[in-house]
Amino acid sequence: MGIKNLGQQGIVFAVFAALFAIFAIALPGFLTTANMLTLLQNVAVLGILGLAMAIVVIGRGIDISLIAALAVPPGLVLQMVQDGHSLPTSLAAAFALTAAFGLVNGWLIAYAEVPSLFTTLASGLFLAGLGQAALFKLDVVQWSPGLDGFEKLGQGNVLGIPMPVVMFALACIVVAFLLRQTRLGAYIYAIGDNPNGARVTGIPTRPIIVLQYVMAALIGCAAGLIMASSVNSMPTRIFNSTLIYDVILVVVLGGIGLSGGRGGVVNVIIGTLLIGTMLNGMTIMDVSYSGQNLVKGVVLLIAVITDSFLNPRNEETAQQGDI
Amino acid sequence: MIFSGPTLKTTIFGLGLMTAACAPALAQKGLDEPFQAAFKEALAGKTVAYIPVAMNFDLTEGWFAGVKKELEPYGMKVVVRDPNWSTNAGAQALTTLISEKPAAIIVHNPDVQTYAKLMQRAENEGIYIIQINMGSVYRSSAFVGANWIEIGERDTESVVKACEGKSNKIAIVQGALSAAASAYTLKGVENVLAKHPEIKVVSSQAADWDAAKAKAITQTVLKQNPDLCGIVGFWDGMDIGTAAAVKEAGLTGKVFVATSGGGERRGACELVKSGAFDLNLSYDVPTQAEQMAGMIKWLVSSGVKPGSVKGSMYTTLIPVTKDNAASDTACWNLSDLKK
Repeated sequence: MGIKNLGQQGIVFAVFAALFAIFAIALPGFLTTANMLTLLQNVAVLGILGLAMAIVVIGRGIDISLIAALAVPPGLVLQMVQDGHSLPTSLAAAFALTAAFGLVNGWLIAYAEVPSLFTTLASGLFLAGLGQAALFKLDVVQWSPGLDGFEKLGQGNVLGIPMPVVMFALACIVVAFLLRQTRLGAYIYAIGDNPNGARVTGIPTRPIIVLQYVMAALIGCAAGLIMASSVNSMPTRIFNSTLIYDVILVVVLGGIGLSGGRGGVVNVIIGTLLIGTMLNGMTIMDVSYSGQNLVKGVVLLIAVITDSFLNPRNEETAQQGDI
Repeated sequence: MIFSGPTLKTTIFGLGLMTAACAPALAQKGLDEPFQAAFKEALAGKTVAYIPVAMNFDLTEGWFAGVKKELEPYGMKVVVRDPNWSTNAGAQALTTLISEKPAAIIVHNPDVQTYAKLMQRAENEGIYIIQINMGSVYRSSAFVGANWIEIGERDTESVVKACEGKSNKIAIVQGALSAAASAYTLKGVENVLAKHPEIKVVSSQAADWDAAKAKAITQTVLKQNPDLCGIVGFWDGMDIGTAAAVKEAGLTGKVFVATSGGGERRGACELVKSGAFDLNLSYDVPTQAEQMAGMIKWLVSSGVKPGSVKGSMYTTLIPVTKDNAASDTACWNLSDLKK
């Protein structure tokens, strides 16, 4: 494989490898098992969200409402337990809310044919607003004794590997299997590559699009539960943060084109690792907040510029909907 | 003998008789307190507007509930304009309020600059401005709130003390860089560190008031410096993440975590009791609310021209530690305050 054939995935991997090597040599405490696990743990939730986003983006959509699904249903679990409901009841309620949310998203996009960007932008606002107005008493929903034991999901470990990392690995395996080994996965790629073509060949495109958004919402909710149990609270205000950009960044940086039909779980892992390495290295070096943003921006720009040099866009490769 | 009339003794006796004779008459008639009617009149029907940075969190909900509880019985109306973290929306709300002319506006500044001009205009138009917890460069009729410098100093002093005889390595978890509360607290931290050159700050990073970010930073720092002896956090709502990282590393009790907050039971006392925080400096929200209401009562009943008197009321901090975390008075409940 010559350098010309190096896709975005390869470039980002090279940047990641270079950064990793530099940190490993220059920073004394970087290349230790403990620090590697911390690195992974810190980006595990981001990675899981990246997987959810990947499912949607591969099907030529985008889900801006992912953070709402991360914040509101898990917040509901914490709030309901705080109000005296049992944990299974609360989890069931959150599951139902998430599934319903995904169904509405999917129905609007697949059947009402509203563009996914606008649908999820609005539905995310709706769900976050619903949470603030009707479900939660405070923005930060605190842990309560009724949840004891459940925090293992975010704080425990299996054979010394922190639980969030285990969950990320599990999610990777499940999503990879789904995308690569099942008919459903093949259909998602087909729809992402050419929606009209897919429909003409007899693929039930609309139900599959609905399913994509339901899956994304459920994965988002799972990520939220991991996050909540990891910090012993659910800061539902996270909806207003820039987390969704980080998620899109992980997906796009990893090499999953926003035009759909390309990429897979490996891309999400690479994107996540790059972000994780940068964050971890800079935290060890105690780089200031603005300094970190500066470095992040520069690294991303380098990756994008290199990509457009090595893989120039032309009429053949460009697709409608390219951003 | 100087007395030419009745002797001193008889005078006193006479006075005693007179009192005895008059007392029943007074008790039957009642005495009008000359100022209360004017006070009630000054307050009745007036509006107090409240612009927090956002509702839905313990501090702002607590202030609102407390001020309402104090002022509504006097016929005052307390209204809230919720900008929901948008500085722009807050400025707009303030501008609109100036034309609506409430008696007073309680302002919770998102930063030191944005509302300064608007608040000055409001006071020129005859509206009292009470600033809560976050001051701006414009000094208005009253400021009620925590002294962030003091919080930074006291938190750091306790961490430095806990570090005696240990590694002397500490970490600082700041809030958002744009927030003045964070910058002021940092100044307090620096003041103390200047006196203690033996202390080494291994990490001083902003976590954006975000528990997940605070946890990520703290985890990395603890892996690099397992012998860390203390952490100065800038807000308990965020430092719940800091504490989670300490707990996961199995260092609870070994790493001294000092933070600050509004003193809500679940966010402060419960976490100190569980050992997550070793010190939580509380700026007791119900007291702040009472003080704001007190300032408003005083200003509105005095009739002084808005902006002609300017004063501050810094909150007396309640250090919540293991010793008092279990008591009923160290913390407060939002649900009780709302009753």
